Amino acid sequence: MVALQLQSVGAYHGRKLFVEDVTTPKLKSGELVAVIGPNAAGKSTLFKRITGLLKGPGNVLLEGTKNKNAISYMPQDTSANAVLTVYESILLARKQGQSWGVSDQDLRLIDDIMKALNIEAIAFRDLGALSGGQRQLVSIAQALVREPEIMLMDEPTSALDLHRQVEVLDFMQRQARKRGMIVLIAIHDLNQALRFADKVLVIQNGRMRACGEPRDVVTVDMLREVYKIHARIEKCSRDHNHVIVDGTAH
Amino acid sequence: MAEIAVVPIEAEAGRARYRALARRKLMILFAMTAALCLSFAIDLAWGPARYDLDEVVAALLDPDSVSAQIRAVVWDIRMPVAIMAIVVGASLSVAGAQMQTILANPLASPFTLGISAAASFGAALAIVTSVPILPVAAGLLVPVNAFIMALVATLFIHFISQARGVSVQTVVLLGIALVFTFNAALAFLQYLASEQALSAVVFWTMGSLTKATWPKIWITLAVLLFALPLFARHAWALTAIRLGEDKAASFGVNVRRIRLETMLVISLLSAVPVSFVGTIGFVGLVGPHIARMILGEDQRFFLPGSILSGALLLSVTSIVSKSIIPGVVFPIGIITALVGVPFFFSLILSNRSRAW
Repeated sequence: MVALQLQSVGAYHGRKLFVEDVTTPKLKSGELVAVIGPNAAGKSTLFKRITGLLKGPGNVLLEGTKNKNAISYMPQDTSANAVLTVYESILLARKQGQSWGVSDQDLRLIDDIMKALNIEAIAFRDLGALSGGQRQLVSIAQALVREPEIMLMDEPTSALDLHRQVEVLDFMQRQARKRGMIVLIAIHDLNQALRFADKVLVIQNGRMRACGEPRDVVTVDMLREVYKIHARIEKCSRDHNHVIVDGTAH
Repeated sequence: MAEIAVVPIEAEAGRARYRALARRKLMILFAMTAALCLSFAIDLAWGPARYDLDEVVAALLDPDSVSAQIRAVVWDIRMPVAIMAIVVGASLSVAGAQMQTILANPLASPFTLGISAAASFGAALAIVTSVPILPVAAGLLVPVNAFIMALVATLFIHFISQARGVSVQTVVLLGIALVFTFNAALAFLQYLASEQALSAVVFWTMGSLTKATWPKIWITLAVLLFALPLFARHAWALTAIRLGEDKAASFGVNVRRIRLETMLVISLLSAVPVSFVGTIGFVGLVGPHIARMILGEDQRFFLPGSILSGALLLSVTSIVSKSIIPGVVFPIGIITALVGVPFFFSLILSNRSRAW
């Protein structure tokens, strides 16, 4: 069982400390954590720091794994003009640092992931011919094929229609439960966050504002102060909280 | 996702189709190798002095059975040129392929980034002024000057590309600026040159395989053989870099280190052949594009594909350069583009979606 905890974590962009002092409770196997905050709040920077792509103060504590590929990061930018098929691009993610040979086991895993994401029909299409939504699904497959224990997904649903958003978030929630992964998803849709997340982490101006149960974190005060909006939190008939926006706060 | 999954596909269909595609690419590589062998054989058999094919084969297999003249023509004149065409074509094409890969730009090549122009300037400096950049024997003055200038240009591009905040587009623009700078410096030297020196400079800049000698071949081949294992070791990582820096980094690729290593090796791979045979512009740009269009950008196929397409292009050009006017061997730099452009156009027009 893997666990992740951030202790006073910060991240440098160049010489500037862009994210600072992020401390979370221990995030556990099977949890889906929504990372929310306005544009340029530091969500992507925090993900890159956790992955080790950026340097910074503080500690990223990993428990229960010695796998050097334990963390897989799905970047926000999924555009690519390489002359590769979708299948080759997923294989590429799987084979990094390994020999040229491709085993049946590698290919079977790719087939399974493509089937789970329902993208088999585009398997041998060129990357450059994909729509934005298809690229995001391929990017998710590339992250999953590395069989991570912790997955950081930077706005994986931003280019997807509502049906696919729900399908992907539902799929990731099931993957987290089934494979004991910790999944962190940067997301702007607060209602999707409320529906799927076990925890919500709020970033504002490079600092963590809150991290905890969705109903404790997503409050009217937080929405006004972080997002500068007037909103209500209302319960639906299924006892889920929903954000209803009334307008911007000035 | 419902609209994507139009037809349910068997679970093993992806695997089987991938294996079939990989086999097809291997067959293409075998076909290119066979074409290269054929081209090499014709290059040896063809020339101003006309010999029967059996005489050429005899000269190759049993040199003592043919006259000294045939032996000298086949082994001392045609063989170095034919091998140099293959080695130089392969080197420039691989250098161009990896430049295009790490700079994410289809225009990158030793020619377009100013490396060939720098080499030409170095060579002209030696021919016109006899000024050595390094103290070397007079016979080595031209190639050594050309090599040093080519290396300086490549390292300049490399260090600029390492600076913080410099995009790959900026690097390509700087390379183009280098082309103009060195061309201006070359024109300045040509303006000052004596008539004899001027004609030597012009001939050098046209690129010619007739300058090939066995030591030059061994040196160029050694650099190529040094470079290939390094590129092969990083095949997955180099392919990942084509998906973008962030994506490659997310796969665990140390993009900065691979760029540094690759650029340093490219600098040798482009500077050495250019310093020996002069400016041959087209191969480094188009060789990789041909390989990309036929085989895609998985470096396990793209790398050998670039080697073969560059080698084949220059080998065929070597034959054409001897065939236009009987008895005259044209400088290969002139002929390369004339041979390659029609073929390249036909590939682009038949394969537009996979051009870049």
